Formats: sequence, structure tokens, C-alpha cells
Amino acid sequence: MKHIADAFKRDKALIAYICAGDPTPDATTKIVNALIRAGADLIELGLPFSDPIADGPTIQAASQRSLQAGMNPDLFFDLVKTLPQTVPYAVMTYYNLIFHRGTMTFAKDCRNHGIAGIIVPDLPPEEADELSEACKKYNLDLIHFIAPTTTPERIERIIQSSSGFIYLVARLGVTGAREDLEDHTKSLIQQVHTDIPKAVGFGISNPQQAKEIINAGADGVIVGSAIVDMIARNTEDINKAVEEIETLTRKLKRGITG
Amino acid sequence: MENNKKSKFGKYGGQFVPEVLMPALYELEESYKKYKEDPQFVAELHDYRSNFAGRPTPLYHARRLSKEYGITIYLKREDLVHGGAHKLNNTIGQTLLAKYMGKKRIIAETGAGQHGTAAAMAASSIGIPSEIYMGAKDIKRQEMNVYRMKLLGAKLHTVTSGSQTLKDAINEAMRDWATNVETTFYVLGSIVGPHPYPAMVHDFQKIIGNEAKKQILEKEGRLPDSIIACTGGGSNAMGIFHPFLNEDVELYAIEAGGSGLKTTKTAALHSASLCVGEDGVLHGARTKILQDKYGQILESSSIAPGLDYAGVGPELSRLVDCGRVIADNIQDFEALEAFHELSQLEGIIPALESSHAVAYLKKADDLGDLVIINVSGRGDKDLSTVMDTRI
Repeated sequence: MKHIADAFKRDKALIAYICAGDPTPDATTKIVNALIRAGADLIELGLPFSDPIADGPTIQAASQRSLQAGMNPDLFFDLVKTLPQTVPYAVMTYYNLIFHRGTMTFAKDCRNHGIAGIIVPDLPPEEADELSEACKKYNLDLIHFIAPTTTPERIERIIQSSSGFIYLVARLGVTGAREDLEDHTKSLIQQVHTDIPKAVGFGISNPQQAKEIINAGADGVIVGSAIVDMIARNTEDINKAVEEIETLTRKLKRGITG
Repeated sequence: MENNKKSKFGKYGGQFVPEVLMPALYELEESYKKYKEDPQFVAELHDYRSNFAGRPTPLYHARRLSKEYGITIYLKREDLVHGGAHKLNNTIGQTLLAKYMGKKRIIAETGAGQHGTAAAMAASSIGIPSEIYMGAKDIKRQEMNVYRMKLLGAKLHTVTSGSQTLKDAINEAMRDWATNVETTFYVLGSIVGPHPYPAMVHDFQKIIGNEAKKQILEKEGRLPDSIIACTGGGSNAMGIFHPFLNEDVELYAIEAGGSGLKTTKTAALHSASLCVGEDGVLHGARTKILQDKYGQILESSSIAPGLDYAGVGPELSRLVDCGRVIADNIQDFEALEAFHELSQLEGIIPALESSHAVAYLKKADDLGDLVIINVSGRGDKDLSTVMDTRI
């Protein structure tokens, strides 16, 4: 199994998010393969939750498509196990699904099915003791967020409890593709001093933004809604989605490495 | 990072929110701590409570109802609060706090429109713009409250995500707050959500219990044997229970039993989180929630929209676990019976929510000789629902 750190070893990392099972498990397999072919270094797989408070309309809709098609944590782990282990995977989900399964069981299932990291948007470090312990036991990285509102004192404390990479939130609000880049995103990147890789997400959709973020000192770029939009537009013709996603991913990858 | 013990009620409560909101929760906690001791804030809040909301509300001896059940029953008349429900106690407090904190706008979620209306009232009287999130389904079935909120100057946002009801309105309000956190105060409507909301809302609502305690001692010279309150999120219940927690008084939290304590694949036919919910995390807090076998949140159901919620305040979860509060539930048809009973026996039309508390008189085994029921709101808003479901 690949580790989260492997994604940052060679070069700047492109991290791609999709919601597992959107619109079907087969589609996820095809899309993951396309992401890998096009150069994604780490894949974040969303495990859909009924009430995703940190997500904008695009990923909310993806979660609903996936849930309606029957996705659940058992099927999620079955699906992950079949994916090529040439890149590391992280699961992104909300805390109740982890808590309900049991933090130890969830972490163990991640370890046994090829998931190297856990990202939980509604779990600040203050509430993460139990899951941190489970992650340590199963040698997984628990990824923490730093937001534009995070105070310098909190930034230090979050760095202390981080491993794998640190997820820098590019803007206030929720997930969703945007064209622009806010000035404070760059200053946030420069404020966070650590050897742990820094990856920036929320609102990153094009190669130009990705390039600017890397130039500002980030180690990785996270793209989600822009990819999920392509799935949403092509749920009836998933091969078309695969093609569009592969093209976008190649461009993004060139944006950050070229 | 160390676990934040002060944010907890036993194992329940906490702050399960995106990082972007954590600094805002700390800011809120500190500001609240500061202003609740500030003489000017206290005086202004007192003025709004007395002269705008109409407090104190009476504790009424319901003579005919007492005769019917052979015990002495008092009604705490929160239905007489301006706006028609206890909700204003909280919205006035939070909106005033927003003003003192220098926030430029308030947002609120609403299910039936009661909290939204109370938030809009507080906002226009205090002079701060308000925006209310309401599920598309609720907007359709609560036409009058929708119009009231608009009349009061609130901007209404229709929520079309998820089940298009209260829990989705809370989701959407939290997303707005995450986006506009620097300028916006989120006026949360119950003792739910992340710390410090559950504690702050119970503080603003405990005036119900403080008044009731004084009033019952004046009238009867002793404390009641039991207090009954309906429970959705639990703010009116916690408000009246709070000053009695260390007294020898039985406290009953009555939830919505809907059409029975059954569950389909994605929905519960009730809203009885304290009675049959399981430990989980919803809207920023660990508490008892209605969820499926994987932890997905179930849609809830009740004839009383203000009780129709898949979670409950973490403090109540704790009090029920340790046996201090007794949780039970009343089905839709029983609440409708009580709605008619109180109207005809006492000339008081209770909200369908409060009707659940009234209905418990019939279901309970032994409430003692002296009982207080919290009539948390008036029933005018429910007339069309009741007309549509004649029993």
C-alpha cells in the first residue's frame, strides 16, 4: 500500500477528489484509472454522508447520486480494495459515519482495504483524540485543515497534530469550483511553516490557479468540484466524463509541474 | 490537541464543525461570557424581555383541566410571548449579542417558521438585517409564517437540498456561516449545535423556569411534583427544567411519536431521538440521533413541525442517560386530541408542539398532585393542519 507521503516525494502533488460510487461503483473505477493515467498523485475518495455541511452544491449532489445508487461504508471498502494500488488513497467523509462504525474498526478497515489517510471536514483537532489514536494504531495519516480564519496560535497547534499533509482551505465557505484565486490564499500558504507537505483546496478548478498556488509555496493542489462537475454533466455517458476528466487532469498536472 | 472538556455534557456535546468555524465559536464563547455580565447588555435584554416580549408570562391555574385529571395543573403561558412562542426569549438574547459583537447581519434556520419569525422580529426591533433558511417543503406547508417573516423584513432563502426540511435548513445556514463568518452571527434556534450554543440557548431560555419556580411558590407554597415539556431540539424543555434540576421534581421531556416508533429505510415515522435514538454526531454535537445502520441521518416526522428533528440537545441526552429527565413520546393522534381538549376546557389553543406535553397527562402513570405544563406556543399557526386532519 502506498503512503500519503509517497504522493509528495517526486514532485509537487496533484490531489484529485471524487465521490465514490458517483454515479456507480464501476464509473468510480474507470475515473480512478483515468486520474492515475493523467498523473494524479493522490486520490481522495468521498464516502457520502446524508448531511455534508462543508460541501457546496456540486459535491452535495454527487453525494446524493451515490447514496441513491446504494453506496454505503461496506460497499465503499469493497470498492476501494479493487482499485490499483499505484497511488495512495485518502477517504474523505463526515465524522458520524466513522463514529458509528467505531473509530478503531473504521481505521482497521482503511488499513485492510488500501486507504492510507482519513480526512474529516467536521472533526477539528479538539475532537480528534479518539480517531488520532486509531490512526496511529493502524499507521494511517489523519489530515487536518487550516482555514483562512485559523489564528496563528491555532496554526501551530494544528501543525503539531498533523501528519501526511496539511489541508489548507483556500477560501471561506464550502467546496465548489471557482475561477479566481483570492490574495489571502497565497498569504495563508506563506504563513504555515512546516516540513509537512501543504496542499491547497476549495475552489481550485483550472491549471492557472494550480500554478499560482504552487508558485506561492504549496506542495500540492486539491481539485474536487471541477472534476465532479464533469461527472454530473455526463452521468448517462460515463466514458465522456472519463475523457473530460483525463484531459483536465493532464492540464492541471502540467500547471503544477511545468 | 486536548479535548475541550468544558464544551461537553458528559460524553455529549462538543464542537464537531469545520475548522473555518472554530475561531468563530471561540469568539462567540468569549463574547457571550463577557456580555452576559455587562450591566448595559443585561439592562437592555431585560427591557426587551419585559416591554417587547411581554415577560414575565403568567403561570395559570387550569381549573377545568385540573378537575378532569383530579390533580392541580398549572400552565406556563409561553404562548403569550410576543410572536406566539418561547422562541423569542432566545432570539432576542442572541440578536442583542450579535449587535454588541458588531456583527453586520444575522442568519437563522427555521422548520415551521416559528424560530425564523422570532429571529426576524428580534432583528427588526434591534435593527440588524436578517436572512432565514427554510426548506422548500416547509415553505409550502407554512405559508403564513413565510409571509410573516417577509413582512418583518427578513430575506428568505429556500433550501432545496436533501430532504428540504429543518435539518437541511441548518446545513445550509452553517454553510452560509462558514462563508460569511467574519460579518455574520448565526442565531441557532434550539439547545443543539456546537458549544457554546446548547449552553447559551439554555441560559436565554431558563427565564421560563426561573419565573415558574417563583410563581408556583407564591401560588402553592411548594414546588411541583412534575413538570412536562414537549421536546424537539429541547429549548423550551431545558428552559423550564433548568432551575429545577437540583430539586425533588420529576421532569418529563415529551417527544413526537409521530405515527409510531417505526423506521423505513431512510425515514423515521417519528422524531423521538431521546426515546429510541442512538449516540451519534449531528450539526456539530454528539448527542442522541435518528440514524440508519451506517450512521446516515434519517428523515424525521411529526404533525408538529417544531418537534420534527432527527437530533436533540446534548444536555438532554445526558440528563436522560443519568435518569434525571424522563423521556417519553406522544403520537400525532394523541397530540391532536389534547389540542382540542385544551382549547375546549381552558379556552387556550396550544401549539401542536405543546399539545404533546398536554397529551402526556392522559398517558402518564403518576405525575403527583401538582403539575406544571409548559405551553411553549400558541396554536394559531396550526389551524390549517388541524382542519386538514379532523379526528
